[in-house]
Amino acid sequence: MKRLLPAWVGAPRLDPVLLSLLMLIIGFGLVVLYSASGQNMVVVKQQVARLGFGLVVMLVISQVPPRVLKAWTPWLYGIGIVMLLATWVLGVGRGTQRWLDLGLLRFQPSELMKLAVPMMVAWYLHPKVLPPTWKAVGIALGILLIPTLLIARQPDLGTALLVAASGIFTLYLAGLRWRVLFGFAGMATAAAPVLWLVMKEYQRNRVRTFLNPEADPLGHGWNIIQSKIAVGSGGLTGKGWLNGTQSHLEFVPERHTDFILAVLSEEFGLIGVILLMLVYLLLVARGLYVASIARDTGARLLAGALSLTFFVYVLVNGGMVSGVLPVVGVPLPLISYGGTSAVTLLAGFGMMMSIYGHRKFIR
Amino acid sequence: MINFSHDHAIKDEWQEQRLFNRRAWIGLLIVGLCLLTLLARYVWLQIFAFDSFSTRSESNRVAVRPVVPNRGMIYDRRGRVIAENQPAYRLEIVPEKVAGKSAGLTALLDELSILIALSEDDRKSFHKSRRNYRVFDSVPVKFNLSEEEVARFAVNRHRFHGADVVPYLSRNYPYGELLTHVIGYTGRLDADDLVAVDEGNYRGTRTIGKIGVEQFRERELHGTSGFERVETNASGRVLNVLERQDAIPGTDLVLSIDVAVQRAAWDALGDRPGSVVAIDPVDGSVIALVSRPAYDPNAFIHGISQRAYNNILMAPGRPLFNRALKGGYEPGSTLKPFVGLAGLEMGLVTPQTQVFSSGKFYIEGYSRPYRDHKDTGHGWVNMGTALEQSVNTYFYQLAMDLGIDRMHDYLSQFGFGAVTGIDIPGEGKGLLPSREWKRIAHEEPWYPGETVIAGIGQGFNVVTPLQLANAVAALVNGGTRYAPRLLYATKMAGVERAKRVKAPVELQIPVRDQQDWQAVLGGMDRVVNGLRGTAKGIAVDARYRMAGKTGTAQVYQLAEDKLTDDSEVAQHLRDHALFIAFAPVQAPRIAVAVVVDHGGAGSTAAAPVARATLDAWLDQEIEQELQP
Repeated sequence: MKRLLPAWVGAPRLDPVLLSLLMLIIGFGLVVLYSASGQNMVVVKQQVARLGFGLVVMLVISQVPPRVLKAWTPWLYGIGIVMLLATWVLGVGRGTQRWLDLGLLRFQPSELMKLAVPMMVAWYLHPKVLPPTWKAVGIALGILLIPTLLIARQPDLGTALLVAASGIFTLYLAGLRWRVLFGFAGMATAAAPVLWLVMKEYQRNRVRTFLNPEADPLGHGWNIIQSKIAVGSGGLTGKGWLNGTQSHLEFVPERHTDFILAVLSEEFGLIGVILLMLVYLLLVARGLYVASIARDTGARLLAGALSLTFFVYVLVNGGMVSGVLPVVGVPLPLISYGGTSAVTLLAGFGMMMSIYGHRKFIR
Repeated sequence: MINFSHDHAIKDEWQEQRLFNRRAWIGLLIVGLCLLTLLARYVWLQIFAFDSFSTRSESNRVAVRPVVPNRGMIYDRRGRVIAENQPAYRLEIVPEKVAGKSAGLTALLDELSILIALSEDDRKSFHKSRRNYRVFDSVPVKFNLSEEEVARFAVNRHRFHGADVVPYLSRNYPYGELLTHVIGYTGRLDADDLVAVDEGNYRGTRTIGKIGVEQFRERELHGTSGFERVETNASGRVLNVLERQDAIPGTDLVLSIDVAVQRAAWDALGDRPGSVVAIDPVDGSVIALVSRPAYDPNAFIHGISQRAYNNILMAPGRPLFNRALKGGYEPGSTLKPFVGLAGLEMGLVTPQTQVFSSGKFYIEGYSRPYRDHKDTGHGWVNMGTALEQSVNTYFYQLAMDLGIDRMHDYLSQFGFGAVTGIDIPGEGKGLLPSREWKRIAHEEPWYPGETVIAGIGQGFNVVTPLQLANAVAALVNGGTRYAPRLLYATKMAGVERAKRVKAPVELQIPVRDQQDWQAVLGGMDRVVNGLRGTAKGIAVDARYRMAGKTGTAQVYQLAEDKLTDDSEVAQHLRDHALFIAFAPVQAPRIAVAVVVDHGGAGSTAAAPVARATLDAWLDQEIEQELQP
């Protein structure tokens, strides 16, 4: 029988475990969003549409075999770099240059880089003997630093951090020597004062606020103080769904986007937080498992790096909402409203499912 | 280029898988540790610090806000509204919400002034009052916005962060300047005002009675503040009322003023500075209390600009000065009925006692003449004719016989030289001279000549129009001197019937002989109705019988023998014209005192004003009686 479609299009290759964990988070997320948006069904419907689109993207990518993804990698990365340079010149957006206006579609190239960077580093390390040589490490660092710096100057520290992390995780999983890893960490710490000098004033304020939020309780410290009050007043069992006063009375800013975890904590309490974190942890563990059964080095590194990067979202957002990390614009994955991040994340999970579908069969 | 590394080593797939697995496990371990650390933070926030955050969340959410009571309304005797509360809108700014400190505020005001007319004074007073508020309080910028301004702002509200238009109740005085000197006005509550009142009860109040009835009856008018516990959102907008204790509205007041009479007296005075006080002698209630010029109290409600205030302050005739209450005038001949009564009651004269007026009166042993109005004299006169024609000589003689101290003691019973005790603040005392007073005030002995002129109300004597009217009321009602009252009745919130307020009796003046009092009242009747009465013709066509007494208060002591023609004397040096009156003669229902500043003769300047006032009052009474 002659096939009309490419050979790789076949029965859906989906990891049922990953899929159920994702659906669990998405379902819970929509419930919280309904409350956080002030029971605004329009917002919830928009989010459903966005997630639906993300899930379709995930399904499509999951059907693309890893070798095809591998073949696309340099192109994707190259296009991403070109677009980042284009935002520099043509970017639109409120004060920052994150968006590229492509006529009908407004697109954030930095989102693409969240996938393209680990893909590219994995692609590069795939044929190498691991652990990587100094030279290989140097080139891999170059691959991840160029987009990171381009994104950081937009300025979008949160995304730059996530992009850099995804590349570093790839290197780490490839067996980057511990002493090299610690060496980088040490250098990064030493570079912190330099970073302070190149930071924009609003970024410095965020750091100052993080260090001492009570210094300006009605100004810069407001977000973090109100968020902490929301979390703390939730207690063990929470105030109940739709009953979070901090959120519903608009004390918590950005409550349906970056600070949605504050709403969740206030209404569902510590129990809700622990359950959510448990699901996130299971998702990461499953992702690492998928990576470990991947057929080749490149796929393995990519799946592992995506899993660990996913967790960085959780950690940074959770730390930011509870006041242990400075406020950087990192959403709570799959729960925060809006952004293209949900689509990016689901596209990433699509790749992991593709890798799962083409896993190696032991025994 | 990238495949270059293949030359050096061969990939060991199994070795790399093991390396990856090790790294993945360590990675998962680190992830788990990080997660535990994060959860520890949540445990601390939600379990150990729960109480503290719970409290902060509650105090975030709930605010206790005062509920301002509606200020009591004020009505006149016939139920006309003379002070009311009108729904209005004011523009407010919360300075803290405006970015960019002073420059930001200036920019915001500039933007706002496109929609809402903001004068330089509005801006100045905003910046001034800003200092009295906390940064997160809303500071009023402009009161009483027009409907157009409110609408224009509503459409553009989103453009003005930190500015808002809020509803409130604004005091309004529909009769404007006509009643200013009675009602007074409410003005912006400032720190000094708070000392005198219960601060807790005034937490939400923005205005307080400044003068007049508004000030004197502040306690009744204000009412009792309530409170409400409200749920607010982060921008302070009330979302939900959790608990509410309603305010008790202020008591409504009914004043004894009759706006129709007030208006008639006001119009009769015309543009001349002066005052009219009318009192019902039956119960001591004040029917009219006019002082011209006056000013519009509505201008003061929201705080008046310095320039506008200066304009009023410097205006001719001193509009801020309440003549009826504090104006000190020489009573002149209007004091004669009281001096006459003193002589009669002390037994020094009888109604029939005759005195010869030759035109000039001399004290024994002195050469200085004290003159009559008529150079040729009035001939033989008794009490009745002396009052009718205002014969000075009769009262020169009587004053000499009385002596200053007896005159002082008797006249003080009518309230001269002391406040009447009316229920608005700021009353003047006047002056009723005595030997004692002069020794203390001037450190000088009393001279007989001073007694002579005191007999015709000149010299040291000073009365206020209110005192004069109140004394007339006591004279015509048989000697009952009330502390006059503007408050006629009160109506508490929720109570159906108004409660009548009665004027307290200050003194019941002893009556030795009814005939004496009748003789004086008869003399005053002849002033208006007698053939030679000084105010003859003033009562033409009146539907009632009136009585009165003219008076002239000297402003400028003219050289003794110089004939005076009023037209030759500058306006501000002309004499004050006085007239006291009552009616109907048989059963007086109104006692009036009129002073026209620099009006000249009492009969021509002041008496017609009194007539108009009596008409306004008595014609309504007569109409009422005629109706079955």
